[in-house]
Amino acid sequence: MAGSHVYTDYHPRWLRRQVSTYWWLEKRDYFAFILREATCLFVGWFVAYLLLMVKAVVGGVGSYQPFLDWSATPWVLTLNVVSFLFMIYHAITFFVAAPQAMVVHVGRRRVPGNLVLAGHYVAWAAVSVIVSWLLLGA
Amino acid sequence: MIKRHPEPLLWMLFSAGGVMSAMFMPILLLLFGVAFPLGWLAAPSHERMLLVLGNPLVGLVLFGLCALSLFHWAHRFRHTLYDGLQIKHLNEVIAVLTYGAAIVGSVAAAYLLWQIP
Repeated sequence: MAGSHVYTDYHPRWLRRQVSTYWWLEKRDYFAFILREATCLFVGWFVAYLLLMVKAVVGGVGSYQPFLDWSATPWVLTLNVVSFLFMIYHAITFFVAAPQAMVVHVGRRRVPGNLVLAGHYVAWAAVSVIVSWLLLGA
Repeated sequence: MIKRHPEPLLWMLFSAGGVMSAMFMPILLLLFGVAFPLGWLAAPSHERMLLVLGNPLVGLVLFGLCALSLFHWAHRFRHTLYDGLQIKHLNEVIAVLTYGAAIVGSVAAAYLLWQIP
């Protein structure tokens, strides 16, 4: 890690433009970028929530029901509704970027980006159906 | 001599965590975070949860989801602090705190999932 982010003074200081800490409020695109980056906070929260759920289930019915009741309290419910919206934004932005990050070949031909994108959406739908079936199915 | 750099590995973890969280989290949040608390759907019974979580494949997927998502968070959060707030001078401290938290969280996830009967 050391040495990877060393900043030197090679450039004369007077030529550096000072960037405001709030640069991301200046343009719509910048704001969309920082909103996308902020989705990671909700990813972190949901991992914590999932682990609390596993802990509650391991603890028996006596701790699982209180966990469900806690999830219905206004603060947790609000946080989870907001998290849900952010996760939809995260999923869409991540899938849209996938064809650029992932070059898939079948034989010697490159799979077109649109197909890679469509594949992600199909997988997303399949995962959602399987998870719902596991939790709610007969 | 080639100097090994951790960035590609960290990016791979970020990317894998991004895909895992994008695939699994929206539906899980919709169910546990919204539909069950609001009474749109009945929450699964404790027995059912034990049955589902007790499946080794589910446990493995859940561990992958938690660990990779934590590394996704760590990487993105570090870079956001770095670009957004321009606190470059704290870069190493932030790296230790974020990736450190991801490692601790992954160990906690493994421990918790191991407890399932």
